[in-house]
Amino acid sequence: MHKILILGEHDGKTLNPATPKCITCAGKIADAEITVAVFGADTAAVATQAAAVLGVTRVLRIDRPENAHPLAAILAPQAAALAADFTHVFGPSTSFGKDLTPRVAALLGVPQISDLMAVESAYRFRRPIYANNAIITVEADPARKLVATIRVASFEAAQNGGAAGIDSKSLAVTLPTHTRYVGARSGSTDRPDLQTAARVVSGGRALGSAENFKLLYSFADKIGAAVGASRAAVDAGYAANEMQVGQTGKIISPELYIAIGISGAIQHLTGIKDARTIVAINKDSEAPIFEVADIGLVGDLFQIVPEFERLVGS
Amino acid sequence: MQKIMVCIKRVVDYNVRIRVKPDGSGVMLEGVKMSVNPFDEIALEEALRIKERGTNAEVVAVSIGIAEAQQQLRTALAMGADRAILVQTDQPVEPLAAAQVFLAIAKKENPDLILLGKQAIDDDANQTGQMLAALWERPQATFASKVEIAAGKVTVTREVDAGLETIEVDLPAVISVDLRLNEPRYVKLPDIMKAKKKPLEVTSMAALGVSTGQWLTTVKTEPPAQRQKGVMVKDVAELVDVLKKKGVI
Repeated sequence: MHKILILGEHDGKTLNPATPKCITCAGKIADAEITVAVFGADTAAVATQAAAVLGVTRVLRIDRPENAHPLAAILAPQAAALAADFTHVFGPSTSFGKDLTPRVAALLGVPQISDLMAVESAYRFRRPIYANNAIITVEADPARKLVATIRVASFEAAQNGGAAGIDSKSLAVTLPTHTRYVGARSGSTDRPDLQTAARVVSGGRALGSAENFKLLYSFADKIGAAVGASRAAVDAGYAANEMQVGQTGKIISPELYIAIGISGAIQHLTGIKDARTIVAINKDSEAPIFEVADIGLVGDLFQIVPEFERLVGS
Repeated sequence: MQKIMVCIKRVVDYNVRIRVKPDGSGVMLEGVKMSVNPFDEIALEEALRIKERGTNAEVVAVSIGIAEAQQQLRTALAMGADRAILVQTDQPVEPLAAAQVFLAIAKKENPDLILLGKQAIDDDANQTGQMLAALWERPQATFASKVEIAAGKVTVTREVDAGLETIEVDLPAVISVDLRLNEPRYVKLPDIMKAKKKPLEVTSMAALGVSTGQWLTTVKTEPPAQRQKGVMVKDVAELVDVLKKKGVI
């Protein structure tokens, strides 16, 4: 029996879609019993959501005021204490999981496997290195606890329909006071979340200005898509940092990815390789993006995008 | 702020095209250009700016690796680090082992701040800073895009998936830096000459009293699956038509 603890990600109200993806990954391990832990000030709502995901046996609520914000230094000692009863600890490869999970591993005195993309057995996995230019198969010692982050773009989200039990846990763990939450600024929009959206429209430097990005927002809203950007567009100040898609930004796997005015630098392609269908629109027919696109169209984006928006609804 | 430690990793230069060995035993590293991990370069730049802002902190660059990693430490010295330490080893160093070695150095040097890149561009692990902070029992501020030092504490703006988050941590602390924290300076020729005279200490894990392990075995290295080149369409009408036929729109 492999007992897998998943560090559940949420914003206090909603379970992050990365967590059902971790559950799918955990379910690929033979003979797995999956527990999701949710840390927060009040996790009633998110615990209920986690309990409804198929594959989950048990949800653990760890509610205390200090857990109101997901600070790694605060959560890690609690997660490490919980891990005593488990063979595996998984976190998502999101900014939440990347921050927290290695700290848990170190407290447990074990290594971590980052960005796990495929399960070969309970202790043998595949993961990308060198910005996805090579894939390694890694084996860990079954005598040790296995800690990993899960590359969420590599797994479909587990469906709802389960009814796992929910337990509240109180842990006798002293928490540090050296780390304090100050605040957050989210690029809050009504558009779908970039990381989990089924459709993504992304713009590159060819857009030319932040003003011109409005063209993409309008089109994205027409087709219900999230909006992303290349690193060049973000560096040029046309789009916000959190919109960056690529090796150093977000790695995504939408059903449909539309790259507009993006030449296709390797670091950008790394972020979109798992998209189901890639459409590229670029005035340069030699642009590397066409090497990976399923459908390419050469032309002026300022003419193509408005026409695309008009025709797609007709 | 008296002392800042910066962790430096020698990695394949980001411009090198990575090729997997045909026998699956790894990637080809023979004769390729090696550089300071770009994120560590940003970490060093930040340390230098904190120093130059009037704190006059001593900046110590530390690396773990083969003898040739001295080249990357010389680059760090040329950028402006005051001295450097190489923990020399021929063994591959996993992130947990790196964290254990950096911990030993931190205990010896007692820095107020440790800065390092959020990840190295070879193994892309994104673990060492978090592990070091855990072992050191100190705060961590990962993915930093803004660092503001005040008396005994530091306010860090972090790049998170939802946007930006700000946290305040007590010193000493570990900060892992993201791409947009700063733009590292270029090294000038006189600085390279000066760097040759700066102290670079070579030590070993044994001398530091650290015994680390190798916990993970890489059994195979393969090239990634390639996407097939698709079709070109002539206009928007055809594009919409193809997408509708595929059922994606």
